[in-house]
Amino acid sequence: MSVSDMFIALQGVLTADQDIREVRAGPGAGGGDAGLGPARPDGAVCPQEIRKVVQALEQTAREILTLVQGVHQGAGFQHIPKKCQKAREHFGTVRTQMEALKTKFPADQYYRFHEHWRFVLQRLVFLAAFVVYLESETLVTREAVAEILGIEADRERGFHLDIEDYLSGVLTLASELARLAVNSVTAGDYSRPLRISTFINELDSGFRLLNLKNDSLRKRYDGLKYDVKKIEEVVYDLSIRGLNKEATVGGGGEK
Amino acid sequence: GSGGFRKRKHDNFPHGQRREEKENINPSSDLMISFKSFQQELDTRHDKYERLVKLSRDITIESKRTIFLLHRFTSAPNGEEILNESEVKLDAVRRKIKQVAQELVGEDIYQFHRAISPGLQEYIEAVSFQYFIKTRSLISVEEINKQLTFSAEDREETTNTTSNSHDKQPHTWSLKVTPVDYLLGVADLTGELMRLCISSVGNGDIDTPFELCQFLRQIYDGFTFIGNTGPYEVSKKLYTLKQSLAKVENACYTLKVRGSEIPKHMLADVFSTKTELIDQEEGLS
Repeated sequence: MSVSDMFIALQGVLTADQDIREVRAGPGAGGGDAGLGPARPDGAVCPQEIRKVVQALEQTAREILTLVQGVHQGAGFQHIPKKCQKAREHFGTVRTQMEALKTKFPADQYYRFHEHWRFVLQRLVFLAAFVVYLESETLVTREAVAEILGIEADRERGFHLDIEDYLSGVLTLASELARLAVNSVTAGDYSRPLRISTFINELDSGFRLLNLKNDSLRKRYDGLKYDVKKIEEVVYDLSIRGLNKEATVGGGGEK
Repeated sequence: GSGGFRKRKHDNFPHGQRREEKENINPSSDLMISFKSFQQELDTRHDKYERLVKLSRDITIESKRTIFLLHRFTSAPNGEEILNESEVKLDAVRRKIKQVAQELVGEDIYQFHRAISPGLQEYIEAVSFQYFIKTRSLISVEEINKQLTFSAEDREETTNTTSNSHDKQPHTWSLKVTPVDYLLGVADLTGELMRLCISSVGNGDIDTPFELCQFLRQIYDGFTFIGNTGPYEVSKKLYTLKQSLAKVENACYTLKVRGSEIPKHMLADVFSTKTELIDQEEGLS
């Protein structure tokens, strides 16, 4: 094999790689129908593009975000169950899009293209966690998120949810809850911040168990203490004004 | 007062007095249990990563030593001996790579790629350098991958650090270098070939530089063919490659023009000044 033959072969491999990553098709619909092309039988990756599907996913994620952001508005607190319901419907679209994404690359090369969907996956984890929190005020488990998104919880079984992505999404939830605590006070719901505080504290002690490396997850985790602080301040403000008496939990604060 | 309140903010909660009115964090709650398993999972992953980084470093060091050894090849009369010695060294490197392959059994190689990539590139550089000296041609990816298939037979050394993580081990392990690692390794190889060229002139070897020049041109053509289809690192190496090629081409030029005039024993002097000149020019541009 001559040198130039080798390089021609390598160039072919690199171009095929780019096909997987890039948007080459014409104006994509961007909707839920992001080309469900089957993988080629010879095991090669079909040149349907990861980026295109990821863009569609991002679109759905934005729609869900807009929907759940509604809870911060004054009237939004009454409609939480309805909003969650709607968001759940949108996650159906996410599941179809995830199915499409799975066909774009060989299952055993997940981490090769991980960077492409990392961001959107973290956001979707956050959205799922937020919806589950609003519904039941508990932390969504990794398995449950995977189920909501239509993917697997562990690596052996195919397209999965990486643990770091899950944890990142949960950290985003923490800052969203800090915001929710503030806004629920404005909306006159004085008991919610106390419940959020308990939840966040538990989350914080959960994260304390982890030995994080000096990576992006660690940086996100470093932000958690500010969320904890923010919520504590809200609880403090409520306590010194005796407003937490109206809350149903505890009620041990004497004037 | 609020001062004391603020100070305790980052303490562990169960000690804070303000917690009394809230329910304490239950260490056996669902959330805490799942975070304990996350801790375990992350620690396992980080440990594996660190072990791979260490292996990669060892591979890098040993490969570099092999390259240095191979540079002695041209100047030493006992060429055969040096080649044999380099083969022994590369075998040792391959045993390390076998450990890497064992670590990666059942894992996604790309997940840990960043840990092992530098070592693999250095190995590719060493093995392709040796291959060039032996055969005067470029080793292919397939050839490299073939050498990185290990079977259970050559298990003289018990890998006590690595094997305990897998209960049942397959009989063969293999590691496939990625095309990009291969390209980067080959790009590094050209730097070594440039050094080889200059030093072979110093030894009064007139033919090798021309041969090397030809070979480097082929590789350079190959890289320009790939151009910007490859990742960023490859394009970055292209610049260095161009410089190496220029040095070798200039050396050949000098040999051609002045070679007939200069007595062989003085060639080394001519080249030492010539290469300095090139270096200075590069510094200016």
